[in-house]
Amino acid sequence: MPKFSRSGKKDMPEIGTSSDIVFMFLFFFMVTTQLRKTENMVMVKLPEATEIAKLERKDLASYIMIGSPTRDKQAQYGTDARIQLNDSFKTVDDIRDFIAAERESKSEADRQFMTVSIKADENVRMGIISDVKQELRRCSALKIMYAARRAEK
Amino acid sequence: MSKRKTPGLNTQSTADIAFLLLCYFLMTSTMDQQSGLQRRLPPMPDKNQKVEDQKVNRRNIIMVRINSNDRLFAGNEALDISQLKDKAKEFLSNPTNDPSLPEKEDKEIAGLGTYPVSKGVISLQNDRGTSYQAYIAVQNELVKAVNELRDELSKAKFGRPFIALTEDQQDAIKKAVPQNISEAEPKDVAKK
Repeated sequence: MPKFSRSGKKDMPEIGTSSDIVFMFLFFFMVTTQLRKTENMVMVKLPEATEIAKLERKDLASYIMIGSPTRDKQAQYGTDARIQLNDSFKTVDDIRDFIAAERESKSEADRQFMTVSIKADENVRMGIISDVKQELRRCSALKIMYAARRAEK
Repeated sequence: MSKRKTPGLNTQSTADIAFLLLCYFLMTSTMDQQSGLQRRLPPMPDKNQKVEDQKVNRRNIIMVRINSNDRLFAGNEALDISQLKDKAKEFLSNPTNDPSLPEKEDKEIAGLGTYPVSKGVISLQNDRGTSYQAYIAVQNELVKAVNELRDELSKAKFGRPFIALTEDQQDAIKKAVPQNISEAEPKDVAKK
């Protein structure tokens, strides 16, 4: 009888490749679950630009989303462009509190580098963005970025 | 030899698992890079401070307006967006020292020596009805004009494109070709 016989009944059953498949499933689901912090409540298709610069410190950015509500919320909120801060629809007046809260959450040394990224849909009108900009100036959050995606050349 | 050795666990798949883990982290690290056009808003004028019209010589300022139909005007003439970049470049560089274009001021810049820095300011005005897309397109063209001027200067002075310069050199070039794009107060807000 050869030394490495596998005919013995007491042998551990081999773990076959089925474990791989299980892992694959696991990872598939882990990947497909979204890890986003906030839910998008507005539809934003960023405008295109070619001269874009990358945001250096992502952790110092706070986002203001502007666009029309997503399909499932249109029945409730209509299709007019709305401002989304964190997880809910807000008005221009709420920006002050939002900026204050965002400032508070950053460390003291980094506060001056805080950037407000305006993620607005390409079809919104400038009126609402002007309002937001004016409000940001009032809160002296002067570093802003117009989020844009790189245009295909 | 009656003692049987239990066979070891099958470890062939660990490599695969590690690989999958790698893939997992690759995919979950946010792929949407945050990029865009960075701007600095002017601070809000102090209420107590008298609103004095900034003494900017007329020749030093160009009004770029976008009306509610996304039509573009630079100065008083209607322009197509494709012409804006050259217009802005001409305005900012003033190659022929035209008296109707911005004046220049000789400034001492570390690493460059004296360089005539243009005093030109591009003032961008928009209507409430302007679409964001048009606004960003215009902003983009203006930034492109500045970037091209910087590139030209850095090629002339250092023989390399702006991106390839060291940080100090980039700072010098930035001082020589400032990005003076002012986003004016929305003047037309009240009228609407």
